[in-house]
Amino acid sequence: MDIKLSSATPTPDERAAVDARLGAPRASWDGGTTRTVRDTHVAYGGKEQRDRRHLLLPALQGLQERMGWISEGGFNYVCERLTVPPAEAWGVATFYMMLSTRPRPRRVLHVCDDIACRAKGAKAVCDSLRAHHSPPLPHGTVGGHGDAPPGAHATLNEHHGAWTTSPCLGLCDVAPAALLIEAGQPVVELSTGEITADYAMGLLGGGADPDDVLAAAPRTTATADSPPDPLTTQIGGIGPLRLLKRVGSVDPTSLDAYQKADGYKAMDKAFTLGPEGIIAELNAAKLLGRGGAAFSTGRKWEAVRTQHATPKYIICNADESEPGTFKDRVLLTGDPFAIVEAMTIGAYAAGCSRGYVYIRGEYPLAAQRMQHAIDQARAAGLLGERVMGRDFAFDIEVRRGAGAYICGEETAIFESIEGKRGEPRNKPPFPVQHGLFDQPTVVNNVETLANVLPIILEGGTAAATLGTDQSAGTRLFCLSGHVKQPGVYEVPMGTTLGELIALAGGIGGTGTLQCALLGGAAGAFVRPDEMGLRLTHEDTRAAGVTLGSGVVVAFDTSVNIQNMLLRIAQFFRDESCGQCVPCRVGTVRQEEALIRLSKKKPLGGMRTELALLEEIGTAMKDGSICGLGQTAYTAIESAIKRLNLYPA
Amino acid sequence: MTFPHLQLVQLSRPSTIPKPVIELIVDGHQVTVPEGTTILGACQKLGIEIPTLCWLETLAPVNVCRVCVVEVEGARVLAPACSRTVEPGMVVQTRSERVNLTRKLVLEMLASSTDLSTAPGLAEMMTEYGAQPERFGACETVAQPVLVDNDLYIRDYAKCILCYKCVEACGEDHQNTFAIAVAGRGFHAHISTEFAVDLPTSACVYCGNCIAVCPTGALMSKREWDLRQEGNWNESKQTSTDTVCPFCGVGCTLTLHVQDGEIVKATSPLDNDITIGNLCIKGRFGWQHVQNGRSATQMAADAAVPA
Repeated sequence: MDIKLSSATPTPDERAAVDARLGAPRASWDGGTTRTVRDTHVAYGGKEQRDRRHLLLPALQGLQERMGWISEGGFNYVCERLTVPPAEAWGVATFYMMLSTRPRPRRVLHVCDDIACRAKGAKAVCDSLRAHHSPPLPHGTVGGHGDAPPGAHATLNEHHGAWTTSPCLGLCDVAPAALLIEAGQPVVELSTGEITADYAMGLLGGGADPDDVLAAAPRTTATADSPPDPLTTQIGGIGPLRLLKRVGSVDPTSLDAYQKADGYKAMDKAFTLGPEGIIAELNAAKLLGRGGAAFSTGRKWEAVRTQHATPKYIICNADESEPGTFKDRVLLTGDPFAIVEAMTIGAYAAGCSRGYVYIRGEYPLAAQRMQHAIDQARAAGLLGERVMGRDFAFDIEVRRGAGAYICGEETAIFESIEGKRGEPRNKPPFPVQHGLFDQPTVVNNVETLANVLPIILEGGTAAATLGTDQSAGTRLFCLSGHVKQPGVYEVPMGTTLGELIALAGGIGGTGTLQCALLGGAAGAFVRPDEMGLRLTHEDTRAAGVTLGSGVVVAFDTSVNIQNMLLRIAQFFRDESCGQCVPCRVGTVRQEEALIRLSKKKPLGGMRTELALLEEIGTAMKDGSICGLGQTAYTAIESAIKRLNLYPA
Repeated sequence: MTFPHLQLVQLSRPSTIPKPVIELIVDGHQVTVPEGTTILGACQKLGIEIPTLCWLETLAPVNVCRVCVVEVEGARVLAPACSRTVEPGMVVQTRSERVNLTRKLVLEMLASSTDLSTAPGLAEMMTEYGAQPERFGACETVAQPVLVDNDLYIRDYAKCILCYKCVEACGEDHQNTFAIAVAGRGFHAHISTEFAVDLPTSACVYCGNCIAVCPTGALMSKREWDLRQEGNWNESKQTSTDTVCPFCGVGCTLTLHVQDGEIVKATSPLDNDITIGNLCIKGRFGWQHVQNGRSATQMAADAAVPA
């Protein structure tokens, strides 16, 4: 296909950044700078080149990481290398919030202002930056009605950083948190927690060496070689830890250490059990997906196993972006080999030949650790053509997100890996039949996979004795906000909310709980009188709430919950992919209604406004393509109905 | 005389092997349709009307507008009739309370954010579902200046409901030019060329097939737009005549829309086997020579003379 590109050409740095992801071009046909005689006789490209379309996002990320933004010349080079029409690549580049299509400083601080960080003072940090540094970088793209007005763009200054607000960074245990990205070779990516306004200013200041600034940092994770993750505050639980047993105690960068701590024992046993045997154990253990939808993992694997089409894929969904969730980060950074092993078992059971770990772009350390673990496993023959010397070929690739909550949706993740905009697909057809590259695909959350190993080792029946009949096993909960010891806690399902909060040291802040958000932005609010709520699927369902992704954000009496609702509404508006009308417009109308309510200026009176909000919410729930729109009203509805936040 | 074997493009190739059939119930009526039929197809067979905006028989369904949603018994959420294929024993409600509410809200959301003044059939649809977009009060819209960057067609994205049809027609469903795509995200998602460059700079070949599928008039030929600006566009005075495009040997069917004795627009029928509604730059825009040198009054006088 001929593609029409502008005359802008890449700089040598941009060329190198893209080539680092795609390999060097073979000829002038695919972006090479020299033309040989042979080039005039042989045509390269065509289908072979278009089949590499899935590398579009990594190539754009390469530019972003090296240059700090995607220039027209660099962009053209990517299109040329992959034969992607520029309009389509533009659609992809403008979809992901961590990619910038306008010039901006190399150093950008992404300051989380989402619910958990907001409860711990993020707004003061942002206000201070606004007042004493600069306005935040605009979100949105060039062209269209959402374009920021000229002059609103931060000035390009190589020596000073810029900052931007960010949705939940998954660092809620060390809130308020930020992510510093300094483009270059190599790119510097630093997650940092418990930040103050002064510290944030220091990070953005002129010419300061990030290393010096970070030396004075409250909490920072700098490199992959500093085990355990210094950001992980608290690990705990009731009863023996099954999912967290190695986190914090076994070196996550050493395969040896992992193997000494029961690593790859489950894989050994899995080979003895065979695919059907493995699935039978999962079914006996009644393992349900931990990402939020709670679908039977055994049934999912079985459905893929029985498909005839090949190849089949297994995806580890590590796009953990639900506000208040950070358990997957803790697993990925604290026990990466376990995820590699569990994916290998899944691939063996379901007949998959290739795996992808899709890690959200805001988790640099998790991506490094997973890549390291995969490389180590491959070198030891635990991945590759013959896994553990058997007639079973399997390998895993790390893909990083680029700032899009929606890509954690199980079909949007396919689109993103395929190099497209992360727009969810309509279901059916389901991923087990038509998933990644239209092939049968298993998609499992990180925590779900982490469950596989103890189930295989303990036996499914024994594993099912933990928890309740309908909600078996243990579960990770992410406690943040106003608890004394924020962190990840593993408890058997059926533990009460009160017990869980007590485990985290009880309520901090003012010492009195106002309410807690259970399950994340797509979850629901619970009242202080509900501490006896048993955390199981059946009990939460009966109470009209949800476990979601295991989030508990506690809010003390100092928090303005109406403002939190506004932040949740803003989150859904910002993260809607924009594909379907109920979600694209509904999330905006919902936010507008909440703004009117919080200003005490309801349209047509409180009753009318709440009824309107309810109708918007119902249409989003019933009419949206995917779970984002379907749950965008859930937390807000619960605040209205369960907390009586806007008494009529 | 017909030459069925000469049909170049067929929307659905007749197969010699009959497809298995599926029985389902729609609004209490039993219906039997071939496997792979959509709920919309089953409804059409029954004569049940389903509103659609982003669906077109010549494009792959994208199910994004959600105005065609129906209630499938046992399902947690509503299903898009345009793309959901039928399953044995399916029980479908097309006008349940839930369906009506979502359709109403979808129309209200679109009408409150977009200028639907030139969208055919929208006003009737809004009346039918009791949509009252004004209940959202003063709210965010996609209002923006109209883009006039060439002599052939304009882009008024204040009227765009993001149905993806133009992107599909420009891309792999029809033209394979890929000059436009959806860019941005969420409420700020919009149709754009790369870096929002103007059309002459983009890969656009001015086939105008995007105009042909646009359901709201966001994409419109410059001639039609000019006439509308002047207040001289009057569809009730227009006649349409099918002819064959004179430019090349393909022989595309051309529908000439004539107002006051003057050609004001050229289209091609969707059900035409050769074009399936598509034309090229010449067919769609290259008709001015027919009336060059003759004033509209003269043309009108010509038209008034009985043949």
